[in-house]
Amino acid sequence: MSQTIAEPVPGRAARRARSSEESRLGAVSGAGLGVAVLWLSLLVLLPLAAVVAKGTGSGWAGFANALTDRRAFDAIKLTVLASLGVSLVNAVMGTVIAWVLVRDDFPGKRLLEIMIDIPFALPTIVAGLVLLTLYGPGSPIGPNWYGTRQGILVALLFVTLPFVVRTVEPVLLALETDVEEAAASLGASPFATFRRIVLPAITPAVLSGAALAFGRAMGEYGSVVLISGQIEYKTEVAPLYIYKQIQDDALAEAAATATVLLIISLLVIASLSALQSWAARRA
Amino acid sequence: MGIAAQHISKQFGGFVALDDVDLDVPSGELTALLGPSGGGKSTLLRIIGGLEEADTGSVVIDGTDSTGVPAQRRNVGFVFQHYAAFKHLSVFRNVAFGLEIRKRPKAEIRARVTELLELVHLDQFADRLPSQLSGGQRQRMALARALAVEPKVLLLDEPFGALDAQVRKELRDWLRRLHDEVHVTTVFVTHDQEEALEVSDSLVVINHGRIEQVGSPNELYDNPRNEFVMSFLGPVTQLNGAMVRPHDIEILTADALGSVEATVTRIQRIGFEVRAELQGGASQPWVQLTRGQAEALDLDVGSVVWLRPASHASTLLPVG
Repeated sequence: MSQTIAEPVPGRAARRARSSEESRLGAVSGAGLGVAVLWLSLLVLLPLAAVVAKGTGSGWAGFANALTDRRAFDAIKLTVLASLGVSLVNAVMGTVIAWVLVRDDFPGKRLLEIMIDIPFALPTIVAGLVLLTLYGPGSPIGPNWYGTRQGILVALLFVTLPFVVRTVEPVLLALETDVEEAAASLGASPFATFRRIVLPAITPAVLSGAALAFGRAMGEYGSVVLISGQIEYKTEVAPLYIYKQIQDDALAEAAATATVLLIISLLVIASLSALQSWAARRA
Repeated sequence: MGIAAQHISKQFGGFVALDDVDLDVPSGELTALLGPSGGGKSTLLRIIGGLEEADTGSVVIDGTDSTGVPAQRRNVGFVFQHYAAFKHLSVFRNVAFGLEIRKRPKAEIRARVTELLELVHLDQFADRLPSQLSGGQRQRMALARALAVEPKVLLLDEPFGALDAQVRKELRDWLRRLHDEVHVTTVFVTHDQEEALEVSDSLVVINHGRIEQVGSPNELYDNPRNEFVMSFLGPVTQLNGAMVRPHDIEILTADALGSVEATVTRIQRIGFEVRAELQGGASQPWVQLTRGQAEALDLDVGSVVWLRPASHASTLLPVG
C-alpha cells in the first residue's frame, strides 16, 4: 500500500476549457438572450405592468380600499389557501403517481400514461361541467359539493394533476437503480433509501411541479366557475371576483385585486424556486 | 466458511441465466467469476448479494443461511460497475452512509471513515462531491463505502469495467494489495481474462449459466478442461488438429520427431512480440515469438520451418 495512485483530478483544467468555450459562444448566446428578453417583455412584462399601473392608478388609497373590501379579501384568501393546499396534495400524489408510472409494470399502464394529460387537453369549462355532473346536485356517485370549498378543491386538483407527475417522471427515469441497491446493501430499509437517496434527487423536480400547479390554481377559472356556485364571501375565487368587477365596470378594483394576486404568486413561486435551487445544490 | 451457493437456478422470462450452479468461495480468498457477458456471472453475484432472488437453491454466507434474506440484512459489501455514488452526498458522507444507517456514534463514524479514506487514498477529497472525482477515485470511494460496514463478504460487479485501460491496470494491482491487507472474502465479476488471471486467488469460469471450471489461475491456464475455457483464458491456435497456445509452439529449422512442416505466410511485429502466420498442411497456425527468437531463426515470409508443441504445452483435441 505504499504506492499512491496518480490520477488526474478534474478541476482546473476542465474549468479552463469550459470558460474558453463560453467566450466563443458569446455572440450567439448574446443574441439568444436578446430574443428571450424581448419575447418575455412583449408577452409577460408589458401586460403585467399594465395591470399594476391600472391597479395603482387611482393612488394608494384606491388600491388599499379595493383590498380592505371584505369580498375581495375573502376571494383572495380562498384562492391563495386553495392553491397552496392543492400544490401540497399534488407534490405528494404527483410523486406517487410518477413513481408508479416509472417503476411499476401493470396492464393499462400506457392508458394511464395518456390519461394523466387529459386535464391539460380538456377545455376547462368542459372539465367544470363534468365535475358539476359528477359532484353536483343529483350526483350519480353520492357527494354534492356544489357551492362548497370541497368542490373548488376537486376542480383545482383535477386541472393541476399533470404538473408534478410530468416534472418528476423524467428525473425518476434518469435515477439509476444501482444507487438504491447500493443503499440497500449498506443496510438501508426501503423507506430509508427513499428518504435519504431518492427524495433528495427528486425534490427539485417536485418543487418545480408544485410551483407550476400553484400558478395554475391561482388563475383557474373555467373548471371552478360552475361547481363553486359563486357564493360571495364563501366560494367566490379571486379570478371570478375580478371577472365580476370588470362586468360591473370597476376596472380599478379588478386591477388592484389582480395586482395583489400577482404579488402573492411572485412571492410563492420565488420562494419555491429558491427552495428548489437550495435542494438542487444539495442534490 | 466463506460463501456456499448451491443448486442456484435463475430464469429471466424464457432466458436461462443460471442452471443449477454450485459455487464455493473459501473464506478470505479473492475469487474471480470470469465469463462472457450474458453468461450468468453477474446474476450469480447479485443472488449472493441479495439483489436478485434465485428461482431455486440456497446461499450460505459465513455459515449463515442467507437464502431469502433481503440485501439490507445480509451485511455484504457490494461495488457496482458504474460506482452507484450517492451524488448529493460528499465523499465522507458516502462512506459514512452504512454507519449512519446503523446509528453508530458520531465519533466512531468519523474515525472509521477517516481511516478508510486513508486506505483508499482519498483522505484529501473527503469534502468533495462524487461528481468532482475521476472514475477511478469514485470506484475507490465505492469500495471504501462497502468496506465501512465491515461486511462478511465483498462483492464487486465488473468494478473496473467503466474505467480506461491505464486506470484499470492500476486499480487492479491496488485491489490485489488491498485484499492482502484487509483479507475480506471477496468475489469479483469480470469478462477480462487478464484481469482475472492477474488478481484472483481462484477462478470460476462461467458460460451459458453453467460453471465450466474452477481452480487457481495457473491450473486453469495450464490445464483447461475444455475448448471454451482454453480459448477464453488466452490465445489459441490449431496445430495438426489440436488446440494449442501460440506461444507454446516450437519453431525448428529441421525436421524432428512429431513436427509438422510449414511455410511462413506473414510476419507481424507488435512491440516486443512477433507473430508468424504459417501454412502447414491443412492448418494455418500462428506462432507467438519474441523478437530475439524470430531474429535467431532468421524467419521471413516464404521460410520453410518445422513446428511442434513445446514439451510443457497444454494441447486439447477439439470435440467434433
